[in-house]
Amino acid sequence: MTIDNPNYAYPARSTKRRGINLEKAGWIFMRVSGVVLIVLIFGHLFYNLMWTPGGIQAIDFGFVGGKFANPFWQWYDVIMLWLAIIHGSNGVRTIVNDYVHNKTVRGVLLWAILLAGAVLIVLGTLITFTFDPCPTGASAELLPSFCADL
Amino acid sequence: MRVSTSTSNLADETPKPSKNRIVGTLYRGNEGMWSWVLHRITGIAIYFFLLVHVLDTATVRISPEVYNAIIGAYKNPIMGLGEIALVGAVVLHALNGIRIILVDMFPAVTRVQRQLFWGVVGISLVLIIAFSIRHIPNVFGAH
Ligand code: HEM
Ligand code: HEM
Repeated sequence: MTIDNPNYAYPARSTKRRGINLEKAGWIFMRVSGVVLIVLIFGHLFYNLMWTPGGIQAIDFGFVGGKFANPFWQWYDVIMLWLAIIHGSNGVRTIVNDYVHNKTVRGVLLWAILLAGAVLIVLGTLITFTFDPCPTGASAELLPSFCADL
Repeated sequence: MRVSTSTSNLADETPKPSKNRIVGTLYRGNEGMWSWVLHRITGIAIYFFLLVHVLDTATVRISPEVYNAIIGAYKNPIMGLGEIALVGAVVLHALNGIRIILVDMFPAVTRVQRQLFWGVVGISLVLIIAFSIRHIPNVFGAH
């Protein structure tokens, strides 16, 4: 069944508005980021939990240090971080708009989503690029193996 | 595209109740509705996991001991089950996301959206089982 002549009184966007359509940009972003995230997140889960011997039991400071010492994994993680936080925040924004009808409560929630996302993106990016895999004074057995050569 | 400003006529036709209908119960939709519910719930669940996950990863900046203690919380059997649930949510959300994208992009795909939904469920089950076969021994493995 199709609607031959959509005759809806509330078009998605007022015909008088000009300029960039932010809601449309968001709609496209959800799809583009989704396709990229599939590759990144499936790769993340496969490498950390299935490919690495020991999987979840093998994750420790040395494991993360080994990854963050490599620019490939740094950029991989940071791109995944930005896309996942923006995609997730925008998705949760839609859901808040759907269910929260009180203007004040909705405003507070939307600001909280924006703030949390911004803080986590800045924090995660800084951590990834300022990370020191061989902090001085830490016991060698907790560190990645290459620290011994320094 | 011209958009008419006259009032909606979508409500003109009163829908006729079909036979075999369970009257007076909760609305239960078809595959399309369940796919939407599933996409919402998994999306929210992954979002909240991610909020915590970026913070737990950030503790690598404090000290090796603190990071190892925090990440140790992911290694007990109960969390191991939780990780299977998380991976399941990610797989379902991701594959169903592809289904949504395909339906939006190619009008012809709309005709098979129902089959695609069951395809998503089927492939997700296969991936979750494959993951569990690898993950469960790791969860219980000595370390
Ligand atoms: C793994 C790859 C992913 C794909 C392919 C994907 C795909 C999509 C698509 C296409 C939408 C838009 C649905 C619509 O406009 O109707 C969407 C919505 C959403 N996504 Fe994702 N996504 C992925 C990962 C994630 C992640 C990691 C999160 C959380 C951090 C997330 C949270 C959400 C939320 C909360 C929504 C809104 C759901 C709704 O409005 O009902 N997604 N996703
Ligand atoms: C139980 C499942 C998971 C485990 C054990 C895990 C483990 C880890 C570990 C050890 C790191 C540190 C660096 C690295 O390995 O690349 C990390 C970083 C990261 N993970 Fe996961 N992860 C899991 C699931 C996920 C999921 C489902 C997502 C996406 C929604 C995700 C998103 C990220 C991001 C964005 C980072 C980078 C954070 C940063 O750079 O500050 N992870 N994860």
